[in-house]
Amino acid sequence: MSRERDPGMSLIVKTITRLTVGLILLFGIYLLLHGHLTPGGGFAGGVIIALSLVHVMLAFGKDKAFEVLSVSGAKALEGIGALLFLAVALLGLAWGAFFLNFVPKGEVFELFSAGTIPVSNIAIACKVGAGLFSIFVALVIMKHEPTEKE
Amino acid sequence: MVAIYVLLGLMIVGAIVAIEVKNLLSAVVALGTVGLMMSILFLLMKAPDVAITLLVVEILAVIILIRATIKRDVEVPEEKDRPIGGLIALAFLLVLTLVSAGAFGELPPFGEPQMRVASYYLDQGYSLEGEPGGTGAANVVASVILDYRAYDTLGEATVLFTAVVGVLAVMRKVGRKKDRLATAKEPTEEGGSA
Amino acid sequence: MAVYVLCMVLFCVGIYAVVSKRNLIRIIIGIMISENAVNLFFIATAYRIGGRSPIFSPLTDVQNMVDPLPHALVLTAIVIGLATTALMVALAMRLHEKYGTFDIAQIRELRG
Repeated sequence: MSRERDPGMSLIVKTITRLTVGLILLFGIYLLLHGHLTPGGGFAGGVIIALSLVHVMLAFGKDKAFEVLSVSGAKALEGIGALLFLAVALLGLAWGAFFLNFVPKGEVFELFSAGTIPVSNIAIACKVGAGLFSIFVALVIMKHEPTEKE
Repeated sequence: MVAIYVLLGLMIVGAIVAIEVKNLLSAVVALGTVGLMMSILFLLMKAPDVAITLLVVEILAVIILIRATIKRDVEVPEEKDRPIGGLIALAFLLVLTLVSAGAFGELPPFGEPQMRVASYYLDQGYSLEGEPGGTGAANVVASVILDYRAYDTLGEATVLFTAVVGVLAVMRKVGRKKDRLATAKEPTEEGGSA
Repeated sequence: MAVYVLCMVLFCVGIYAVVSKRNLIRIIIGIMISENAVNLFFIATAYRIGGRSPIFSPLTDVQNMVDPLPHALVLTAIVIGLATTALMVALAMRLHEKYGTFDIAQIRELRG
């Protein structure tokens, strides 16, 4: 069934991956956006988003995963996450203190509340997800290298 | 309460299996069971944030370790320990455990934390619109890591960035094998300086 | 108290693997076990018997919360642990590529 140059795993794994990877990504985004209301937050959401990309890469091979997010895209996303987090911190300096929560707090238990905390969550998730994805890409490309050589 | 001790005992058994079993792949799987049991333990100790994070992190760590070990020398032919060094280490660790048991007696007993710092965060509450103090977040852990103690998170981001740069630098292809680089026309920007 | 001592035993299992094993992957596993033990110790110091999770609820007035501060510290420590583990795995793979083995004694012999 599987041809010689067909990257990735078998048909069963590919079909199941096609069905589940969107749900995994959606769950990661849900945890990320509700980080200030429910358990979760930027760290867990970022790792789950990275895991959904890893899932695509393991099932379909690395080319398909690079269509979703390339290596340079992951690097840019990590930089954007770090800069966004620093920007939130430095904007607080304009109101008087580093990491000041300067945005109006809004209604408690609503999605748009808690000032800068959701923005920081998104920044942290970008950084963690892109960083772990690029770590995994580095390890996997390294592993495929000897088979290409022979 | 009993469940905590049972899970801790299973974790210790899993850890001993992970370091003593012959096959490296089995060792990695045993490490995964240790992580999963610890995730349940965090849930029992009322730390759901940490439990979710540990669960996904442990999955990713097991995937990375399996990619590292599989198809390399998975069955190690003769994996000799260092017998003398192992015995000395065992004796030292036994003494360390006994001494630390005395030190643990000085801590507040299990289940009764003192919470000198954290009571401030809990007293602030989630503070409605217009009130001073508080962050407006319902999840106290999120407000601690991203507002009260965001310096910790900034340092964590720095360490993570350094680790990513380190992995990319160690794994890069540029300048490692000059002859191969000349023949293969592969894009080399994967391992460039991030 | 008994929970703390069991955490210490788990930590010692990890340290024993680091000290007495000769396979690089097994040393990495030992470091990960020690990390997990330290994280567990922090969470155990935060636990309060009969406590609730540190999350406010709109329906009830949650009393008797557990300590949220070690949770925040451990949350960052876990992600850092994964990143450093990946760094260690990268170094081990590079050593395996250069010397063809994970055995640190053989690597030491081959170096000179």
